[in-house]
This record gives sequence, structure tokens and C-alpha cells, in this order.
Amino acid sequence: MLQVGLNHFLFVSAILFSLGLFAVITRKNAILVLMGVELILNAANINFVAFAKYGTGGLHGQVVSLFVIVLAAAEAAIALAIVLNIYKLFTNVNVDEIDNLKE
Amino acid sequence: MSESLIVTLSLIILFLPLTGFTLTILLGKKVPKIYYTELLFISLAMILSVVIAFFKLGTYADKTIISSFNWINMGFISQGLNKYIELGIQIDNLTVIMLVMVNIISMLVHFYSIEYMHGDKKYTRYFAYLGIFTFSMLGIVLTHNILMMYIFWELVGLSSYLLIGFWYEKPSAADASKKAFLVNRVGDVGMFLGILMLFMTYGTFTFDDIYHQISMGVIPFNSGFWLTVTGILLFMGAVGKSAQFPLHVWLPDAMEGPTPVSALIHAATMVAAGVYLLIRIFVMLTADAMLVIAVIGAFTSFLAATIALTQNDIKKVLAYSTVSQLGYMVMAIGVGAYAFAFFHLITHAFFKACLFLGSGSVIHAMHHEQDIQNMGGLRKKLPFTYFTFLIASLTISGIPLTAGFLSKDGLLAGTLAFGSLTGHWLIPAAGFGVALLTAFYMFRLVILTFHGKPRDEDRFEHAHESPKLMVIPLVVLAVLSLFFWYTPNPLGADQGWFLSKWVVTPQTVTPEFTRWNFMQLEHAPKAGEHVIHSNMYMEAIHHAHYPAMILSLIMAGLGIFTAFLFYQWKKVNTDKLAAAIKPLYLFSFNKWYIDEFYNGVIVKALLVLTRVFAWFDTKVVDGIVNGVATLVRWVSIGGKYFDTYVVDGFVNFTAFISGLFGIILRKAQTGKVQTYIVFVVFSIIILLILL
Amino acid sequence: MEGFPILTLITFLPVLGMIFILLIPKESKFQIKLTSLVMVALQLVLAGIMMSQFNYNAGGVFEQSSFQFVEKVKWIEIPGVSWLGTVKIDYFLGVDGISMPMVLLTAFVSLIALISSWKIDKSVKGYFALFLLLDTGMMGVFVSLDFFLFYVFWELMLLPMYFLIGIWGGPRKEYAAIKFFIYTLFGSVFMLLVMIGLYFSTTETLTNGSKVFTFNLLAMMDKTNFTADGILSPFNPHNLRFIAYIALFVGFAIKIPMFPFHTWLPDAHVEAPTPISVILAGVLLKMGTYGLLRISYPIFPEITRELMWYIALFGAINIVYGALCAMAQKDFKKLIAYSSVSHMGYVLLGMASLTSVGINGAIFQMFNHGTITAMLFLIVGVVYDRAHTRGIEDFGGLASKLPVYTGFVTVAFFAAIGLPGMSGFISEAFVFVGAFSVPAIRILTVVSTLGIVLGAGYMLWTLQRIFFGKFNEKWSELTDLDTREYVMLIPLTIIIIFLGVYPSAMLNIMNTSVNVLAKFVNETSFLLN
Repeated sequence: MLQVGLNHFLFVSAILFSLGLFAVITRKNAILVLMGVELILNAANINFVAFAKYGTGGLHGQVVSLFVIVLAAAEAAIALAIVLNIYKLFTNVNVDEIDNLKE
Repeated sequence: MSESLIVTLSLIILFLPLTGFTLTILLGKKVPKIYYTELLFISLAMILSVVIAFFKLGTYADKTIISSFNWINMGFISQGLNKYIELGIQIDNLTVIMLVMVNIISMLVHFYSIEYMHGDKKYTRYFAYLGIFTFSMLGIVLTHNILMMYIFWELVGLSSYLLIGFWYEKPSAADASKKAFLVNRVGDVGMFLGILMLFMTYGTFTFDDIYHQISMGVIPFNSGFWLTVTGILLFMGAVGKSAQFPLHVWLPDAMEGPTPVSALIHAATMVAAGVYLLIRIFVMLTADAMLVIAVIGAFTSFLAATIALTQNDIKKVLAYSTVSQLGYMVMAIGVGAYAFAFFHLITHAFFKACLFLGSGSVIHAMHHEQDIQNMGGLRKKLPFTYFTFLIASLTISGIPLTAGFLSKDGLLAGTLAFGSLTGHWLIPAAGFGVALLTAFYMFRLVILTFHGKPRDEDRFEHAHESPKLMVIPLVVLAVLSLFFWYTPNPLGADQGWFLSKWVVTPQTVTPEFTRWNFMQLEHAPKAGEHVIHSNMYMEAIHHAHYPAMILSLIMAGLGIFTAFLFYQWKKVNTDKLAAAIKPLYLFSFNKWYIDEFYNGVIVKALLVLTRVFAWFDTKVVDGIVNGVATLVRWVSIGGKYFDTYVVDGFVNFTAFISGLFGIILRKAQTGKVQTYIVFVVFSIIILLILL
Repeated sequence: MEGFPILTLITFLPVLGMIFILLIPKESKFQIKLTSLVMVALQLVLAGIMMSQFNYNAGGVFEQSSFQFVEKVKWIEIPGVSWLGTVKIDYFLGVDGISMPMVLLTAFVSLIALISSWKIDKSVKGYFALFLLLDTGMMGVFVSLDFFLFYVFWELMLLPMYFLIGIWGGPRKEYAAIKFFIYTLFGSVFMLLVMIGLYFSTTETLTNGSKVFTFNLLAMMDKTNFTADGILSPFNPHNLRFIAYIALFVGFAIKIPMFPFHTWLPDAHVEAPTPISVILAGVLLKMGTYGLLRISYPIFPEITRELMWYIALFGAINIVYGALCAMAQKDFKKLIAYSSVSHMGYVLLGMASLTSVGINGAIFQMFNHGTITAMLFLIVGVVYDRAHTRGIEDFGGLASKLPVYTGFVTVAFFAAIGLPGMSGFISEAFVFVGAFSVPAIRILTVVSTLGIVLGAGYMLWTLQRIFFGKFNEKWSELTDLDTREYVMLIPLTIIIIFLGVYPSAMLNIMNTSVNVLAKFVNETSFLLN
């Protein structure tokens, strides 16, 4: 019988992380980029929880993941605000075209 | 009359004409009549000079009166002693005779000029110039030192310059005055060097002190040669002033001045100053120097006489005659006939002044016609002028009963004696040859001017005898040309008062080895004895007296006869003769081409030289300066480029490199958030791999 | 008179005038001119007073006690500047028989030049202010006895001169002014080096017994004041005195101007306005020869003796070369400028003889050249003012139109030729007598006499070309001299003739000092013995 072990968690989280990273890098829409970021965060959460379960650290992992969830919410709020402002300024949210930092 | 009174009167004589000059030149514009003061002063000077001559020659005949004072402190010469230049006058017999001569002629010329210059717009100034001339000439006569003589020497040069160039509107007059001054300057430089030699050796300018030291055996560089050189250098002054070859060229040109001026300055007085200088330095001339002087004098007199033969301008003929006669005097000094040289100087002054004033009278009558080819027959129209001119011509030719006969005869006897003692026979030969030529050209002049038929009827008709003020001076001068003023014996002047009492040959002071052997003393001077007559030379002159007299009479007679043959009786066609000896004729007519040589070679060369120097100055010397300046500017431009391209270039290069990197690196800076993230990710991956 | 600072007054009066002028509004031209005239006239009066108080028997030259009107106060004193020790510079003025004639000349020529400036119309205020500053500089050079002070005045006079030529000059004024300025400055650099070298070689004992370096010129003339190892000290076996002498000589030679450093002169003269030419030729050129006599001669006597032949050589070259160049000139003013070169040659020749007579002649020639050349330049100015051309060939026959002017010209020309009866003759004769008596330079003297003939040649030729011959109708509008020109020319004529007849008036002033100087230069040896 297949024993679900730490490696499986890590494997899922790695796939999740990769998908998130892929979204961040390739999506043009800022919202989608934000969603990619959320995926990455959650991949990290999975790792924390998995390590808490299989490791010797007690409940620390769960605590940190809770923190991450809270932070992610805050981050999402701020990021959405920024995106909103970007939209106001540039009338779109396409990250490819917002390259004013170059100058 | 005391000695100090004589000195005072001489000084008054000297300064009278200067006062006249100063008043006339300063007030002449406001008060044109002021020139009367000049006339008054010169007459006064004449009277005073006769008075002091009377007393000097009477009471103090053997005495030289000297009075001097310190003029300038020259500073230390040696051993902490201050050296002074003295100003002073020396009055001996020669001085007073010269004073009388100069003042008489000057006064006559002044009065003559009143009529002759009448109507000239610079009438007043003319008299002022005559005044300064007379002052300077009297200065030469009176001075007791050589530097002062040089000072007055230059001042007569100035007055001569002013008077020759009196009609400066004429370019020829302006040229002539400049030429006179410059040619004289050349001679003066020589004289000045001679003076420097004297001062260097003797530390004094005074004649007496110098001669005293020479007689003590002090001579320049302890060598007879340098004493000779000194003598010749001083003689150069005389060569200039007395118009001797090669500096004679100015005198004929000087005839551009008014005719009375020619009479006064360029015949009677100033040109004789050179001879007077030689008389003053006679005692220090060595045998070699005297030989040079004799040769120059003889050559000049011959040269000028040959030129005078063919000239057609009445004044030019007289000018060359003057040069020739001056050559005579210089030659006389050279052969040692001191007294006769001085005698001839005086007689020449009177008869040549008479000739020039006579020619002035002719020119005046002919309305400024000077060419004798347009004259003739004037005897009838100008009887007084003719008669005085004839007397003067006889005098210059050396016909008995005239003073000229006496002086010329003595002078020629001197050359003859010199020839017999030294073997230099060419000098007497030249002397007698010139006597022939002189008689010929003078009578050619007389005949062409006064005899025969008038060749220009128009002018002849309007000719008239000159006014009294012009005729009287002629008569006075003609009378002064006669023998009885100088000696009672019309055939020989030796025993007359002029030569036996007034003018005595001084003994040379030169060291024995530099003298002619015939000038040796026969015995040492006794106490109280002033002059030594007894030397071989005096004897020889005495012996030569009668041969010389006969020979010179023959020459004069021959000359006059030929002149009559050619021009009065027309037995010989002169034109044909001239054509037959054309090269010779042209040579004489063109004055031996000496002027051409000077103008064409020396003056040209000098002008070219000045241009070369000016070119050198602007192109080379200044060129170097400007070149250095340009070089500095080039260097500074180079510096500018170095600064722009090297120093600054390095700075910019650094910046450029940084910029280049920036340009490259900027490529990574897309401004796109996702690119950055890709970088971050890849960097982390690389880091992880590397770790 | 004792204690009255007459030298300070005579030197700085013009500066006082300058300050007044700067306070006057620039529209009041007449008041400006009048102020300057009063100041310069006062200066001449002071010079006259000095001459009347002058002691003819005091030597001066190298001992302070026989200098006259001496003023000596501390000027700059900085105690203990690290290795330099005490820096002490005195304000040290005084005159002797060598500088007195120059003081008189400066005061006199300045006045004449000021009268000649009366017609200046372009920025009057600036012109007269600079003119007065120039006057101070010149006067200061002739009265300073401290090398530093001397140098300050020497440089001070450059600046106004530069502007006076550069602003009020002719068509090529900028070129001429810059050439003059740079050339002179070039010379000054050498002088500065020598000055500093001498400073570090000479000490002076103070009242408290300590020894300090000094700029005092008189201290430099005394062998005992030199340090053992100073670079220009005779006690130093590796001293550079010879090189220093030559450097100093070049500095002065440029000012004289001596061949081959003379080419700034014709340019400067041609472009300068008349009064500035007068000052330039009348006074400025004398500063070079004065410097030689005051500084080079007594401080380096042994080298002077060694090099006298070369000084005479350059004198002879100046005489002949200047005359030949003058003869070729077509510009009246340039001709006079070259005649200056020739005449300054006589000064050099006389100085080189190292005899009393020769040096007397040289200083007298300095004075005479000052007056005669001043007159010549005024004469050029007169005709240029009227005709606006200086080409000699453009004129002809002016004598009949301008008789009085011609009279003055004749006087000036014959004075320049050295006609007896005028001052130039005496000085030239002295120079020749002095130089001829020295065997070493006798040949050079004989060569120099060529100058007598050449000088007469170019002068008379010019006289003929401008004044004689046929009258050129082009100039029928010309007028003869006006009152102002009489006021300038008559005093000069009087002085020239007076000094020709009675030269002792000037010669006696310098005689004692010249004797002292000649003796000093001939007998002093700074070498070890």
C-alpha cells in the first residue's frame, strides 16, 4: 500500500510552486501574476505543515503557515490596491507594458 | 694798449656778429629792419680788429697773448685729478691778420649784399646767417685749442649749410647744402679722431701744451708713425673744409648759394680755414705727413685747374679756381713754405673775393645769367666791374705789382726748393703747370665775359653797371690785391714787413727722426731768440727765388697769351680743338667723373646697405622676435590640443568606458517585473548549483 | 629741509593727483587736465628745489652717508618665517649725482609730455590717471635704493604704459602694446631672479646684532655683507655671479634698447600717441642704462671689467646699425625711433669705457638724448596732427609754409647730429674721449665715429625731403605752430642750447658721483684674495 510520506507533500508543493512561478513569469495580467504569487505562498505553507507533521519541531510549522496566510491576505490587499492604481495610471494591467522602471 | 685790453677787444669782436645774429633771428619777423644792427656790428668789429691789429703788430709783434678759463670739468683722468676743458683765445700775429682779413671781407660782403639780395623775401634772415658765419669764422681764428677749433669748425659748417641752402626751394640748392655738410663731416670725423689721439696722448687740447710736450719727446704710442697718422687725421679736416681731393666735390656745388656768400665763405674765408688749421698744426707735422699733404695739395690744384679750363658757368670756373688755389696753399704747407702759404691765403682771400663779387655784379647785371657763352662785350657796360675783375685776374695769374705775384712766387720757390732738396720734382712741376693753366682759364673767363661782341644782344641791352654799394667793395678788394700793403718791393716780399716781421716760420717741434733732414737746426736757439731762420730750407728758398720768379712769369705770360690767341684773336678754333681731343675735353668737362663715381658707387652702395640693414632688422631681428612669439603661440596651441585630447581625453575615456558598460548592462534593465523575477530565479538556481 | 620727505613727495605726488582725478566726474575734462598739470608742475618745482639744495661734493654710489635726501623706514617686516628667517624690506630712497640728472629729466619731460597731451580727447579721465601713475613709476625707479622697491616701481610703470599705448595708440596699437609689455616683462623675469639670488646672498646687521637677508642695494656693494654660501656670493666657489650679471644685463638691455633686443621700440613708437612717445624715448629708455650704472656696475664690478669690451661692442653696433636702419626708413616717426637706438649706443659706449669722462658723457648723453628726442617726437607729432601722415616722401618744401616750425626742426635735427653749441655735442665728445682713452675698446670707438657721418646723413636727408625743395601744394592748408606747441618746444630748445654752451650746469651735479663710481668699478674686487 502506498504510504503517503513527506516526499509526497514536498512533491505536491514543488509542483504547486512551479505552477505559481510559471504564472508569475509568464502571465501578462497583473492579477494573474498575483494569483501565481498566492500559489507560491501556499506551496510554502504546504511545506511548513508537512515539516511540522513529519519533523521534530512541534507545532511551529503550523503557526508559521497561519502567519503566512494572514500575511498573504494583507499582501493581496495591498497588491490589489497597487494594481488598481496601475490601472488608473495606465488604463491596463499588462505588466509587459508597465516598464517605466527602465528609465 | 694793454694786453688785457687787446683780449677784451678780441672778445668783443668775436661776439658782435653773434649778437647781431641773435637779435636778427629772434626779432626779424617783427622788426625786419633789425638787420641794420648786424651791419653796424660787423662794421664795428672791422674797425676794432684794425685797431688791435695795429697795436698788436706794432707793440707786441713778438708776443703771443693767451687768455683762457676752465669751461668743463671732465672728471678724473688719473690719480684723482680733475681734468678741465679750457676755452680761450690766442692772439698772435696770424690771428690779428686773419681777424682783419675776415672782418674786412665780411663787412664788404654785408654791404654788397644790401643791393645784391634786395627784394629777397628772406632778406633779414640772410643777414642773420652772415652774422653767425662771421662769428664762427672768428672763433676758428681766435681759438687757442684744437677742440674749440673743432667746435667753431662745425659751426661754420652749419652756417655754410644754411647759406648754400638759402634758396632751398631749388632742389639743386637743397642737394648742394646737404652734400657740403656731409662731405665736410667725413673730413671732420678724421679730424675728430686726430683730436682724440692728441687728447689721449697729451691730456690737453691746447696747442701750446701739446707742442710743448711734443718737443719734450712725448709722441703717440711712442712712435713717429703714429705722430704722422695724427697729423694726417687732422689734415683730413682740412681736406674737407678746404675742398682737397678727394673731398673737393662739395665746393663747386656750393655755388648754388647766393654769390656774395660764395665770395665770403666759399672763396675767401671758410675754405681757407683748412689751410689755417694746417698753419696752426704746422709745427707738429712730420716729414711723412707733410709729404702726404704736399702730394694731395699738388694733385688737387692740378685736378681743379684742368676742370676749370672747360667750364662755362662763371661761378663754376671761379669755384674750381678756388679749389686749385687752395691746393696751392696746402701744397705750400706740405713743402714747408709756411709763411708763403699764409701769405697766399690772405692775398687769395682778397683777389678771389673780388673775383666772386665781380662775377656777382655780372650775374646781377645779366639778370641771373651765369653761362659765359651768353656773355661777351660787357666791358663797355660794366667798366668798374671789368677793371676790378681784370686786376684780380692779373693777381691770380701772378703778374708783377700784384700781391698774388708775391705770394705765388714765394710759394712756387718753396716747391722748387723742396724739389731740389728731396728729389720730389713732380710737386714743383705740378705747381708751375697749374700756374700756366690758371693764367689761361682766368683770361679765357675775362675775354669771354667782357671782351668781344655780345652773344646775347637782348640781355646785353638791358645790362647796366651795378649800384655803388656793389662797386665800392670791388674797388676796395682790387686795391687790397696790390703789392704795397705787404712789402715795399714789388718783386720780392722777403724783406717786406709782412714776411720779415709779421709772419715768421716757427721751428718744428717734432722729434728729429721724423723731420726732413734739411729742417734740422743749425744751431741751438740762443736765449731770448724767438725764431730760427737759419736752416737749409730757408737758404734753398732764397736760392730758388729768382728761377721761380722767371719760370712763373713765363708760365703766366704763356697762359695769358694762349688765352688771347684762342678767344680774343680767335687764331685757333676752340670747337675743333675740343673735338680733336674729345676724350680729354669730356674728361675735364665732366670733372673727371668724380661726382658720377661718388653718386653711382658710394652713395648707391650706402643706400643699398641701409636697405639691407633695414630688411635685416625687420625680417631677421624682428623676425626672430616675432618668430619666438609665433613659436610660443604654436606651443600654446599644442598645449591646448594636449589638454583637450590627452588630459581631458583620458578623463572622458574613463567616462566613456563606464558608459559603455552602462549601455551593455542597461539591456538587462527592461523595467519589466517579470524579467527581474526570472533573473532572481535563475540566480538562485545558479547559486544553489554552485553551492 | 632736514627730515622733510621730499623724495616721497616727488614720487607720490602724481599718485595723489591720480586719486583726485578719479574723484572728478569724467565729464569735467578741463579740471582733470588742470589737476594733472598742477601735480606734474609741482613735481618739477620740487625737482628744482632738490637741485638747489643738492650738495655737489657728496659722492653717493655705495655709501649711504653721502646719499642725499635719504629716507629709510621699515616697510615690510615679518619675523621668523620658518627657514627664511626674518623678511625685511626697507622703504629706502635717496639720490646722488647719478640719479639727480634723471630725476630732473623725468620731472621735466613729464611736464612737456603732459602739455603735449592737452589735445587728448578720448576717455580723458583714464588717460591722465594712467599718465600720472606712469610718472610715479618712473620717478620711483630713479630714487629707490632698495632692490625690491626698485623692482616694484619698474613693474609699476609697465602697466600704465601698456594701456596708454594699447588704448590711445595708432592702428596696430594692440600688437605694439603687447610686444612692449611682453618684451619688457621677459627682461624683468631675469631681473627678478637675480634680485632673489642677491637677496639670499646678502645680509645686513640689525641694531640688535642679528643678521638678516636684505634687498638693500648699497649692502650688496660691500663684500663683507655677503654670506659664505649664497648663490651669488663671491665667497661661494661655485657662485653664479657671471650668469647673474648676464641675466641682469639682458633685463636692462631690453629697456635701453640694445641690439638685438631693440625691435619693440620702433613698433611701440610708431603706434604710441605723441606724448607717450616723448615719455618712452625721453625717460623710459634711460631706465635701462641707469639700472646698469646703479646696479650692475657697483654690485658686479669685477664682471663689469671683464665684459667691458662686449658692452662697448654692443654700443658700437647700436650706433652704426641704428643709423643705417634709420636711413632706410620711410616713416618719419620710425626714423626718429631708430635714431634713438643709435643715440643710446653712445651711452653704452661711454659707460663701457669705465672712465670718469666716459661715464660722465654717458649720463650726460642720457639727459641730452631725453631732451633732444623728446623734441624730435614732438616735432613729428606737430606735423602728424596737421597732415595725418608721417610718410617722409609725402611732404616737400614745407619750409616756406611753416618757417617757424622749420626753425625748431633745424635746431632739433642739428642737436641730434651733435652740432657744437648744443648739448648733444658735449656728451658725444665726452663719450668718444672716454672710450678712445681705453686701449681695449679703441678700435670700436673708431668704428663708432661712423655714426657721426651717418647721423648727419639721415637727419639732413630727412630735413631736405620734408622741408626743402618744391612745395607740395597738397599741404597749402597747414598752419604754423600754435601757442601750446611754442610752450613745449621753446623750453626744450633753451635747455638744449644752454647745456651746449654751459654743460657744467649738469656735469657738475654728476661729477663727484661719477668719479666715485669709476674708481669703485675699477678698483673694487669682490673676488677672494
